[in-house]
Amino acid sequence: MSLGVNEPASASSEPEPERPTVIGGSTRFVPGQSHDRITIVNGKVQLGQRLVDLWRNRDLLVLLTRTELKVKYKESALGYAWSMLNPALVLAIYYMIFKVISKTPQPHFAIWLFCGLVVWNLFNGSASASTTVVVSKAGIIKKVAFPRELLAMSTVGVAIVLFAIQMVVLVIFLALFQQAPDWGTLWLLPLAFVALLVFTCAVSIFLSAVNVYLRDTQHLTEVAMMAWFWLTPIVYPFGLVAAHLKQYHLTWLYLANPIAPIAMTFQRVIYGQTSYLTPGQTTPTELLPAYGPGWYAMMMGIVFVVSTGLFLLALMVFGRLEGNFAEEL
Amino acid sequence: MTTAIEVREISKQFKLYTEKRTSLKERVIRGGKMPYTPFWALQDINVDIFQGETFGILGRNGCGKSTLLKCIAGILKPTSGEIRVRGSLAAMLELGAGFQPDLSGRDNIYLNGSLLGLSRADIAKRYDDIVAFAELEDFIDNQVKFYSSGMYVRLGFAVAVNVEPDVLLVDEVLAVGDASFQRKCLDHVKKFQREGRTILVVSHSTDVMRQNCSRVMVMNHGKVITVDEPGEGIRVFLADLLGVGTLEGSESGGIEGNVLAIGSVSAEHGGSGQRLHLYPGESLTITADLDSLAPVANAMATIAIHDDANELVFASDPDDPMCAIEVPEGGGMVRFHFPEVPLLDGTYSVSVGVRSATDTAIFDWKDQVTKFEVANPGRSTGRVRLPLDVSFRLRSAGHTGEVPVVGSDPSPLALPGWEQSTA
Repeated sequence: MSLGVNEPASASSEPEPERPTVIGGSTRFVPGQSHDRITIVNGKVQLGQRLVDLWRNRDLLVLLTRTELKVKYKESALGYAWSMLNPALVLAIYYMIFKVISKTPQPHFAIWLFCGLVVWNLFNGSASASTTVVVSKAGIIKKVAFPRELLAMSTVGVAIVLFAIQMVVLVIFLALFQQAPDWGTLWLLPLAFVALLVFTCAVSIFLSAVNVYLRDTQHLTEVAMMAWFWLTPIVYPFGLVAAHLKQYHLTWLYLANPIAPIAMTFQRVIYGQTSYLTPGQTTPTELLPAYGPGWYAMMMGIVFVVSTGLFLLALMVFGRLEGNFAEEL
Repeated sequence: MTTAIEVREISKQFKLYTEKRTSLKERVIRGGKMPYTPFWALQDINVDIFQGETFGILGRNGCGKSTLLKCIAGILKPTSGEIRVRGSLAAMLELGAGFQPDLSGRDNIYLNGSLLGLSRADIAKRYDDIVAFAELEDFIDNQVKFYSSGMYVRLGFAVAVNVEPDVLLVDEVLAVGDASFQRKCLDHVKKFQREGRTILVVSHSTDVMRQNCSRVMVMNHGKVITVDEPGEGIRVFLADLLGVGTLEGSESGGIEGNVLAIGSVSAEHGGSGQRLHLYPGESLTITADLDSLAPVANAMATIAIHDDANELVFASDPDDPMCAIEVPEGGGMVRFHFPEVPLLDGTYSVSVGVRSATDTAIFDWKDQVTKFEVANPGRSTGRVRLPLDVSFRLRSAGHTGEVPVVGSDPSPLALPGWEQSTA
């Protein structure tokens, strides 16, 4: 696609010959494609072509995701119930610690926790699985040419399915506790979800490629995820740290973690309260910044734009590293 | 002719690490650089493969033929150079690569088809063909891990060929399954050829090359040795790469202290002077120098021919009176003449001996003292070129055995009632 930049412009009267399409990585069969289309195989795939390839192979992404899920849960008696066990246990533990032992006065603490955890589980699940996905699929990578980013993205696909199940459970929770989300700001949720997806894809693609060359990545990721979890207002409310952050002018740094504003948006919409009043006190305890939905929308917009940039960057890094996958594995 | 694949100055370097270290600690210690030995798997490969041709790449293990195929398929990135492919391409490097043992045959068809580039709808369209081709109608909903290895590769092959690309890359996978499935695979390859698709086959089997390819490229140590007709290409492959086929006599110690000793042995054939190898059917003469200290009245000359796998091809009758020779003092020359060598491709070694006609004493024996090479310019394969006549007749004729042959004199080989054509 970039060819011809330095070539003189061809005479406009002649029909322009079909320009070669640059596909590194794969000269795969494309149904309905011209039999005269020339592909240059040189491993240098341009970003645009990469995105086209991803779109063209969306069926493969769905199949890879389905395969992952089937292989994971097909043989077990409880099936998808297992996917809920881990989040349920985490939820139960934090609930015990904060509500029963520490006796936080926050009402409906379980729902608050759940709002943050669904976000975290999607991100953490995908990023953790992505580190090993390319390495474990060495057999395919060495024998078949296809857009390998799809392997990393399939971990996101799996996480989305589990996210959907957890969201259903969350809705049941809301019904049980007779809590209503903030209907007026519900439109923020898809925005936050898309931002979360793009960011998770970027991180997953990056990690999956780097781990091929630096196997430490998978262990490093495990540790980093632990720290990242506590840097995100999931268990504790943002309001708890807001004052300290403001004191040192570090609020921007805290919110530079894209998962933080995303989790806060989920909490804002689903939990529906930005503060609560403890019985016997006059000043309300702040949970979230008491701005209107516009602030959250703006935050999601920023996260989305930054994440898209990171996603393209991750694709470029992946493309650079991908060339030698077959020999490194 | 339009080129289907243009390979331009492709080189590929592999980095051979003495020990694969990918830990962060190692990298930090060595400042990010790991010690390695460069290994050039491909060096400046240039080749044009034309549309509609079946092109073979021949070479020993490790000559770089599979690396080249992987570069063309886009699995490996060449270190330098450029490859242009016209139209769509599918690579069959391993049958059933990417199969998930836990999934059913049906799921795996979809997964494998998608990996090869088909969309869901396209696979659905071809699904019945694929299942029928693989002959797995009864097992398609079973998990692939319960398949036999034959069923596994059949499914893999069925998916790959039903993709119907413009260019098909095949790596040593034509011989899968039982005999009937192999025939089906070859039929499919022939169909591909008829449809004008380009096929690139990598193999070290000369028979596959001879029977299917229009041209052959011979590779060794990552370089192109030659690109030629299959017959000539295979000859070069056998001669240059297997390191055999020179017609110089090899040294072999005779039995010391005997009255009769074999000196130099030489071979001459119908094409001597023009080429080193002979064609099937040409004559061959082996001449051996004999030195004798005393006259030997009743000696028997014997000759044996072995193929390159050291299997005996022919040994003369040790008691044939034709082999009896009388050697005067000082010696002479014994000549073995084969008016016709019906052998097909290969390198053959000649052993010559002289023994006593009266007892079991061996005067001298030179094991594998010289070699000759047969290269078949035709397309028949196997070990021996048997004389062959092919004829055709109608079923109703000939039952009397008295119907004269029309249009030609009946040759001794012609059967009554058969119209004859001599191959």
